[in-house]
Amino acid sequence: MSEQATALDVAGESAPEETIAAPRAVWRSTLSRILHQRSAVVGLILLGFLFSIAIFADFIAPYDPTQVLVGEPGAKPRLGPCIHILGCPSTQPEHWFGLDGNVRDEFSRIVYGSRISLAIGFATVIWSIIVGMFIGAISGYFGGRTDNGLMRTMDMLLAFPALLLAIVVVTILGKGLTNAMLAIGIVSIPIYARVMRSSVLTVSEQDYVTAARALGDTPLGIMRRRVIPNAVTPLIVQGTLGIGTAVLEIAALSFLGLAAQAPTPEWGVMIGLERNQLFTSPLLVFIPGLFLILTVLGFNLLGDGLRDAFDPRLAR
Amino acid sequence: MIRFIIRRLLLSIPVVLGVVVIVFLLIRVVPGDPCQAALQEKANPTTCFAFRERFGLNEALPIQFVIYFRDLLSGNLGESIRTGQPVTEILVQRMPTTIELTFYALVFAVVVGMTLGIVSAYRRNSSADVTTMMVANLGVSVPVFVLGLFLAFVFAVLLKDTPFALPPTGRLTAGTIPTPIYEAWGLKDLQGPPQTILEFIGNMYTVNAVLTLNSQLFIDSARHLILPAIALGTIPMAIIARMTRSSLLEVLGQDYIRTARAKGMSPRLVMFRHALRNALLPVVTVIGLSIGALLSGAVLTETIFGLTGVGKTIFESITGRDYIVIQGFAVIVAIIYVMVNLIVDISYAFLDPRVRLS
Repeated sequence: MSEQATALDVAGESAPEETIAAPRAVWRSTLSRILHQRSAVVGLILLGFLFSIAIFADFIAPYDPTQVLVGEPGAKPRLGPCIHILGCPSTQPEHWFGLDGNVRDEFSRIVYGSRISLAIGFATVIWSIIVGMFIGAISGYFGGRTDNGLMRTMDMLLAFPALLLAIVVVTILGKGLTNAMLAIGIVSIPIYARVMRSSVLTVSEQDYVTAARALGDTPLGIMRRRVIPNAVTPLIVQGTLGIGTAVLEIAALSFLGLAAQAPTPEWGVMIGLERNQLFTSPLLVFIPGLFLILTVLGFNLLGDGLRDAFDPRLAR
Repeated sequence: MIRFIIRRLLLSIPVVLGVVVIVFLLIRVVPGDPCQAALQEKANPTTCFAFRERFGLNEALPIQFVIYFRDLLSGNLGESIRTGQPVTEILVQRMPTTIELTFYALVFAVVVGMTLGIVSAYRRNSSADVTTMMVANLGVSVPVFVLGLFLAFVFAVLLKDTPFALPPTGRLTAGTIPTPIYEAWGLKDLQGPPQTILEFIGNMYTVNAVLTLNSQLFIDSARHLILPAIALGTIPMAIIARMTRSSLLEVLGQDYIRTARAKGMSPRLVMFRHALRNALLPVVTVIGLSIGALLSGAVLTETIFGLTGVGKTIFESITGRDYIVIQGFAVIVAIIYVMVNLIVDISYAFLDPRVRLS
């Protein structure tokens, strides 16, 4: 892949803007390599399932996720699941996963929760990758004192356990989902900055970068047109794995009461609200738990698959 | 080797200093008035002025830092704003819980993770390998708090009244009070630092049980530790299993392994004498990195299993704006973390002589 990219870049020297978008053949071969990775396929299936739930939530969920169903026949807090084909009397309204402690339909909350978790994962990682990418690129390309200063700062950020640092940041910014996403993003910047830096160091040695420099391209131009496009692959892999981690950590913060707040149907919040009822209504804890696991598993499997697919040592 | 260790030690000093400064500054930009949080309805301008005077919060920031740093060097970490208890005392009470918990979690992670990884690599593509890797993939994806609640449910509810039942909260069965070590050893008059050190060690109940030869205490505290340690250790266990496998597979493809096999060495000997040692390097890195994950996870594990350790203390102090406690604990945690990384680097040099020379 990197060889192809090199060749294309050199050949397209007269029209640099057009060479950034890889021709369709490259995409097709990349896609076929990804589809040959079993774990990537399983991950894609899992995520496809979760994404369809999230996109079609309005059609799948029978109730509003925050609607309190007091007054409905037989409704009471933590009512067990009622599924008609499994023998639940048809006089009772159907609730696949039962009702939660505030008499809300658990199934609808799970369905809308997928929207929140997926959005959280992507938004957190995207902002953190963008910042990490710039820090890493600057560090790797300019080297010297800039590099040293930036990387030592990153080291110090890494000297704190991630979740504890995130708790401190949330305390500074204030509770809430947006601030928690900012916090988790800040905590993961060093990882992306490091990956980007090492990737940029490799790319900067390439002949086509020297060629661009010899042709009088500005550092910024070289960075934008040559270095970054060729250095982002490891970042994409790391980012995919990072989405899983971000979903996990935001859920943990929500569980501790620092991120999303009730009645938001976020899975971590749902587990936190019902955890004292573990011994009487375990389903209210384990169903959101299961969906969290599936989401994280999906991103992890896809990330592993992408890493293997992009690994030049495995390229055929 | 000694030169290498000294150089690495010196290099970690600026990191620790930086951490001390960051903690000091971070805590002071946290909005909210510590006086308001500590005195609540009793807070008014007069009491608050006295309060701030007492904790040195009326000084200018640089002066506060100098005082703080001087105290830190003399081992004085200040007093809790909320309870007035010295931070060192809180550390002696609560740090051992977390050390014990993370230690057993790490033992679980390393022993189970490496065994699974070795079995997987040894029988590559067998059903054992596939199962192990599925378990490992699942293990990385399970949130600590979900796993903790799940284990509590299985072992305290489903298996209740069976021999496999395990307690889901606390460190000891109610009513059990461990004897302090200095009492058991007949050193009642012990004073000062030696007493504090023995107290610190004695607060790790399994260690206390061994040192005071109390088998009942050992069984009780160990039973209370099993579930939290597994919950906390599962993610690192899964990561270590995957790393051991992939690292071993890479090494097993090398020429010297083929040579060892060709000269008729048994597969087991090849594995343990040639492959494993060379495959350990990345595994050691991962183990070192897991310590940070363990300390993060400790906040959640301690919350779920009702253990009052470092994680819970930091969490409560942050939400209660107890500057002095957070400061003390954060610095200690960061120093431990830096030290662990130092040990990892040193074991690198021990495992791979090339690192020493570079």
